[in-house]
Amino acid sequence: MKRVTLALTLALAPVLASVGAQAETLKTVKDRGMLACGVSQGLPGFSSPDDKGNWTGIDVDVCRAIAAAIFNDPTKVKYVPLSAKDRFTALQSGEVDVLSRNTTWTLSRDTSLGANFAGVTYYDGQGFMVKKALKVNSALELNSASVCVQTGTTTEQNLADYFKANNMKYEVIAFAGADETVKAYESGRCDVFTTDVSGLYAERLKLANPADHVVLPEVISKEPLGPMVRHGDDQWFDIVKWTLFGLVTAEELGVTQKNVDEMAKSDKPEFKRAFGTDGNLGEQLGLTKDWFSRIVKAVGNYGEMYDRNVGAGSKLQIARGLNQLWNKGGLQYAPPIR
Amino acid sequence: MSIEARLPPPQYALRLKRVLGGKAGWNGIILQILFVAALAWVGYEIVANVRTNLAAQRITSGFGFLNNTAGFDVNQTLISYSGSDTYSRVLIVGILNTLLVSVIGIVLATILGLLIALGRLSPNGLLSRVAGAYVELIRNLPLLFQITFWYLAVLAALPGPRQSISVASTFYLNNRGFIVPRPVEEPGLMPFLIALGVAIVASIGLRSYARRELFMRGHVIRIWPYVLGLLIGLPVLSMLIFGAPVIFEVPVLKGFNFAGGSRIIPEFVALTLALSMYTASFIAEVVRGGILSVHKGQMEAGLSLGLGRGTVLRLIVVPQALRVILPPLTNQYLNLTKNSSLAVAIGYPDLVSVFAGTTMSQTGQAIEIIAVTMGVYLALSLITSAIMSFYSWRLGKRLGA
Repeated sequence: MKRVTLALTLALAPVLASVGAQAETLKTVKDRGMLACGVSQGLPGFSSPDDKGNWTGIDVDVCRAIAAAIFNDPTKVKYVPLSAKDRFTALQSGEVDVLSRNTTWTLSRDTSLGANFAGVTYYDGQGFMVKKALKVNSALELNSASVCVQTGTTTEQNLADYFKANNMKYEVIAFAGADETVKAYESGRCDVFTTDVSGLYAERLKLANPADHVVLPEVISKEPLGPMVRHGDDQWFDIVKWTLFGLVTAEELGVTQKNVDEMAKSDKPEFKRAFGTDGNLGEQLGLTKDWFSRIVKAVGNYGEMYDRNVGAGSKLQIARGLNQLWNKGGLQYAPPIR
Repeated sequence: MSIEARLPPPQYALRLKRVLGGKAGWNGIILQILFVAALAWVGYEIVANVRTNLAAQRITSGFGFLNNTAGFDVNQTLISYSGSDTYSRVLIVGILNTLLVSVIGIVLATILGLLIALGRLSPNGLLSRVAGAYVELIRNLPLLFQITFWYLAVLAALPGPRQSISVASTFYLNNRGFIVPRPVEEPGLMPFLIALGVAIVASIGLRSYARRELFMRGHVIRIWPYVLGLLIGLPVLSMLIFGAPVIFEVPVLKGFNFAGGSRIIPEFVALTLALSMYTASFIAEVVRGGILSVHKGQMEAGLSLGLGRGTVLRLIVVPQALRVILPPLTNQYLNLTKNSSLAVAIGYPDLVSVFAGTTMSQTGQAIEIIAVTMGVYLALSLITSAIMSFYSWRLGKRLGA
């Protein structure tokens, strides 16, 4: 009941208060002195708090990068942990300025929620995790299995589609929270736990004995995860979009957190445009000239961000795969800064 | 010159005032009109504002989504349902699951609550202390905690499907639920049901005849042998003539789970158990209060007539106590129904889980879905209230006579 009440309050808040200020998100954020960023309730690698309440993760770094671009201070972020169910309502109601919460970009979400996806932080796909003791090697051997899933996600539909397409039966047990879902899987209520592959790796770390569980090779869906902003404020949409592109561009140009000051002195025209020593691209965005170096100083480039949170430098150890740069065989591509 | 009684002035204004304004007079009317107008205006503003703002933000609104394909599955459905059905069917599935857990929970909670209340009032010291301890323990622990406790306790205690506890290789108990043989309809079902129906009607007739004889003429007629004969004899006769009404499909372990048979899922068991035990502790107190409200002279009078304690309770005390018990009992029933929405914590597919949960996040139409969900709970509560009021009214008529 509590969730319902919360959802209702969130749903009615904007509507009753008549959203007049929605077109000026940047101004609202500046006046507040804080960026309100919707994140998950704890998904290692993407957004999770440590015991001191400091948030880390790739989704968190996106928030930090935006805050750095605006305030030149990546700590000026208020993190709002949201369940899968409440996240869109929180964005619609203005409780958060940007929703950076491992959310899959789909047509219906892009069109019917009054929100826009600003880009893709992480190319993911849905997978399955089972206990090694079951001796299952492929998702196609899962006929008649019981599957635990978190409700309020695209996962439930993908699951139904996959089992139907392969003519397999299954039983679904849907829980409201990620922790309950994993607990039920661990207790043996289900044979299979399904979510995005990155999520499987992250949740596996929380299990009592991670080595007893295996992620099956099949990836059954496309899950491009990215930040969302409200409809109707194109300037804000641009800022979030180009913060992401800025991160990718930095990796393309070889600009890192360490060498950013050196690189800023470069004479090459593409560097001069990015760093604002030539032209006024930053002002066009509604930011300052040095928006690009502010971002990189705060969180590094996309590759550094990836390695630190989910890649080789993290516990998750997920290979770059689709998230490699476009010129290295992946999908991460940024339009030119010019 | 005739003397005529002078007619009183018509005083139309006064009469109108009396009709419209009640005792408060004109001021009352104006206030009432203003109040209704203000209320209507606020309502209109809310609806209009919601519509404009949703349209401005290009958020889809309206109830068209109910006809869209849901595309997700539910693990307990009382009507046939698959992912290719619509959201409106999901709504019905959710309502039925909520109803199922509520109705069974209410029945169990009432029986358990009554037993505990009687135990608490019993002169047996041990029994009354155990019942008292139950009430104090259960009603003072948060319900959500109890639901999770039962769920995890039930799950942890049970083995996996391959090590199921089996009874005669037909009933299986494991952490996927309790699997029982499923009855499959045979041609003999219709005659069987008809025979059973006839037997029940005849038994009720016999009983009312026996009671009339008892009250009117003081004849005591023993009817139970005939009732037993009817209830067993007629269906057996139909089975002999038309064949078995159903055959049972025995569950078999196949792959990860059992195929065939019906299954009671652990989520349902845990939720029903927690809800009925929790509510029973409140009902026990309500019943105890009701019984204590009947003057103890009634009990003493009954006992002095030579009736047993149970008979006095059943025939004299409880009917009088019911008038006190019913209103707070209704509250408990309503609480149980509403508390069933905690199901979402343990993955039981109730209305809040499948409709206000999955459906809401898939369609994003929070306002419509929350409105519908609230409407459903409101309707369920009002229906429960109405049934209880009707029962209470009938009881009052019977006692008052």
